[in-house]
Amino acid sequence: MDEIQTTFFQECEDLLEELESGLVQMEKGDRDSETVNSVFRAVHSIKGGAGAFGMESLVNFAHIFETTLDLIRSNNLDTTSDILTLLLRSADALSDLIAAARDETECNQDFIAAVASELTSLSARSHKAIDKDGGELGLDFVPVPVDLGADLDVHSDALNGDGLSATTFIITFQPEKALYDSANEPLLLLRRLSELGEATITCDASALPDLEAIDPEEAYLRWTIHLRTDKEEEDIREVFEFVDGLCHLEITREADPDVTIGDDPLGEDSAVSDLDKLLGARAPSLADHKGPKGIANPAASSTQGANQPNKKLGAIGAGASEATIRVKLERIDRLVNLVGELVINQAMVTQGAVNAGIGRDEGFEQELDGLKQLTREIQESVMAIRAQPIKSLFQRMSRIVREVQATTDKKVKLATEGEATEIDKTVIERLADPLTHMIRNAIDHGLETPEIRRGAGKSEEGVVSLTAAHRSGRVLITVADDGAGINRPRVFEKAVEKGLIAKDAQLTDSEIDNLIFSPGFSTAKEVSDLSGRGVGMDVVKSAIQSVGGKVSISSRPGAGSVFSISLPLTLAVLDGMVTDIVGQTLVVPLTAIVETLRPSQAQIHKIGVGGMTIAVRGEHIPLIDVGQLMGFRRQPADLESSVVVLIESDDHARVALVLDNIQDQRQVVIKSLEENYGQVAGVAAATILGDGRIALILDVDDVIRRAVAASSDSPPLALTG
Amino acid sequence: MTDHRTHKKADDALELVAFCLSAQEFCVNITSVREIRGWTQETRLPLAPDYVRGVINLRGTVVPIIDLSARLGLPPVEPTARHVIIIFQIRQQVVGYVVDAVSDILTAAANDIQPTPDVGSQIAKDFVQGVVTVEERTMNLIGLEKILPGDNSARAAS
Repeated sequence: MDEIQTTFFQECEDLLEELESGLVQMEKGDRDSETVNSVFRAVHSIKGGAGAFGMESLVNFAHIFETTLDLIRSNNLDTTSDILTLLLRSADALSDLIAAARDETECNQDFIAAVASELTSLSARSHKAIDKDGGELGLDFVPVPVDLGADLDVHSDALNGDGLSATTFIITFQPEKALYDSANEPLLLLRRLSELGEATITCDASALPDLEAIDPEEAYLRWTIHLRTDKEEEDIREVFEFVDGLCHLEITREADPDVTIGDDPLGEDSAVSDLDKLLGARAPSLADHKGPKGIANPAASSTQGANQPNKKLGAIGAGASEATIRVKLERIDRLVNLVGELVINQAMVTQGAVNAGIGRDEGFEQELDGLKQLTREIQESVMAIRAQPIKSLFQRMSRIVREVQATTDKKVKLATEGEATEIDKTVIERLADPLTHMIRNAIDHGLETPEIRRGAGKSEEGVVSLTAAHRSGRVLITVADDGAGINRPRVFEKAVEKGLIAKDAQLTDSEIDNLIFSPGFSTAKEVSDLSGRGVGMDVVKSAIQSVGGKVSISSRPGAGSVFSISLPLTLAVLDGMVTDIVGQTLVVPLTAIVETLRPSQAQIHKIGVGGMTIAVRGEHIPLIDVGQLMGFRRQPADLESSVVVLIESDDHARVALVLDNIQDQRQVVIKSLEENYGQVAGVAAATILGDGRIALILDVDDVIRRAVAASSDSPPLALTG
Repeated sequence: MTDHRTHKKADDALELVAFCLSAQEFCVNITSVREIRGWTQETRLPLAPDYVRGVINLRGTVVPIIDLSARLGLPPVEPTARHVIIIFQIRQQVVGYVVDAVSDILTAAANDIQPTPDVGSQIAKDFVQGVVTVEERTMNLIGLEKILPGDNSARAAS
């Protein structure tokens, strides 16, 4: 049971995503009935599942939500922006309720109740307008023939004179026995058909045998429907979607639409009374048919409109979107680990072949290369399994925007781009908190109030944009606002106040901007409800760094700020340059390397005690002796026999590393050092080499930071351990 | 004597792994020992405390290697092929200790273990959980919980 419930909650996540993206589509002006249907189906499926587990509050809310959506679906409610906002909030409430049911916690009842009552009153208002319209399809079987007549009348009335672009379809519908066997009801189909437009239904009962010869399980009737509608043929086919293969169905377009207008050659009354008779004749057989099998269920009436789309979900899901399967994350992780081992093993085999002196054999070398290629491809495919579109994360952010908007008087629009960008699932999960905080900040601190915006000649509604894109082997996410930008004098003042910088410090604009990432920094004059939660941007920064990401900011006064987050595609592998230093092997991430060079004495300049720079095309770059920095040796390196690797951090700081030798470039598997040991200065992680030994992976940013820090307080270059 | 021990084993006996370090004998509770393996060349860690020798690859896992001798304030070992690494699992962490040799696996009754005498040495107090006397051999029982290269020592060094 627990397992089924877990599956239900997993499905709920998918459904919520579908719901939300449908609503966002609608917000963008999408009026496609399929979008509305998908939204409706999502809510309905959640309701259905919740009902099965007896989650009452969830069912109740989903029901109210569904009722409103049904009105929209049947075009009885216009999707104005107010209504869409309400629907989006309802989606939030639904998601809260699901989370509460899953974690067995309480959720904000006030919020739920408020949304529910808004939905109810909205539905009630619209219901009044369409009350006669068969909104409540009373499906007690006996009065049906009468109901049908009434339905058709109402529709004909409503639609008369409304047929500007209408066409007339002639539909012949002949159910087979199987249709009745699977508890389908032609009446419902006919009724739905008549909802599409002006329908004239005639029944051909010529096949009906005498009463004594009737086989109550057999199908005898055939209907011909003249339907005048502005809908397309697909819409008509959709009505019959669930009886596809269970009936004879022919739909033809009538050549001259005027033929049936206002003049019904068969006469509606006669059609209805024919139908009446026939259905009357049919009724007992149906009752017999359904009763014993326990399919006739009064409750079915209220969910009639809903059950069918639910079935449709399966059909469409299989057809329209790509086939997917649900796999436990730990299985994928196991695969990822195994492939990691494979990569290491492949390196070992190659190494072993070289050691054994057979690596030079041409044929064998080719095979080895083939193996290497294959290994890499397997690795990439496995990583692709873990990758997910960032869309789910962006959707969560749109909720944050709505919530924040509700508590401030600011008007905000969230614009997203690149939602299909794929990134490792772990990264997505760990990005949610920092991104939430950044969005909150952007609205709370970044955007101005509508009055100020108007004064500044901007539109009252501020725009927070969230984008994602692949950029040279990394994923770049930006959070931008079109607000006031960073108030640099204020930041400076505050930093001085907090003792972060000296009063007379000379800082560039970008340095000032980056002060907001300093620990213990918060510029909001009053600690507001939203962002002033004691979490500063430094926490955001370290959260992003913990997934191997970098964050930077650029800001223009009056035009807004842009936070850029650069993330690795995966946390499992890295392209690196394998180098030697004092008998140790060190891997330098390839993405950080600008160039490698053999230094000549003329390029080296000594500054102070132990400080050195290297001139590269006129630029003087600090030279770092990695052997000393890491504490591997006390003596400075012999520059004559060294190689220099120029590296650059994300904020474009450059240093030159002095290393003994460069071995190779290769893909390495990242192994955590923290798991069994802890963080190590200057080291990002470890990897396992072809010979089975461990090599450390250099933490470029940390090394640069340390180098800069070391050069500012003279004289020591090496950090003491 | 043997009978007595076998009898005791049923209720409160401890199984211990005894090992040599700088000509002294120590022992640890066998339940935290995961495996014992020969010396493997380690990879040094930058700016690590002197008792952290580095890390090795244990079937795909990065395992730190601690020089127990140095950790206990004894002279650091100069590892050779004859040295041995005892791999421990302590809580969630897997850690290897390099020792001179593993000498024995012993069973001791609870009353064979006495609390550490007050010798005034902080290291002794921190790492020695008790003194075990079995078969006329006396050795220190190392308490592993406190000997971990915990966050404190590693971070302090960085």
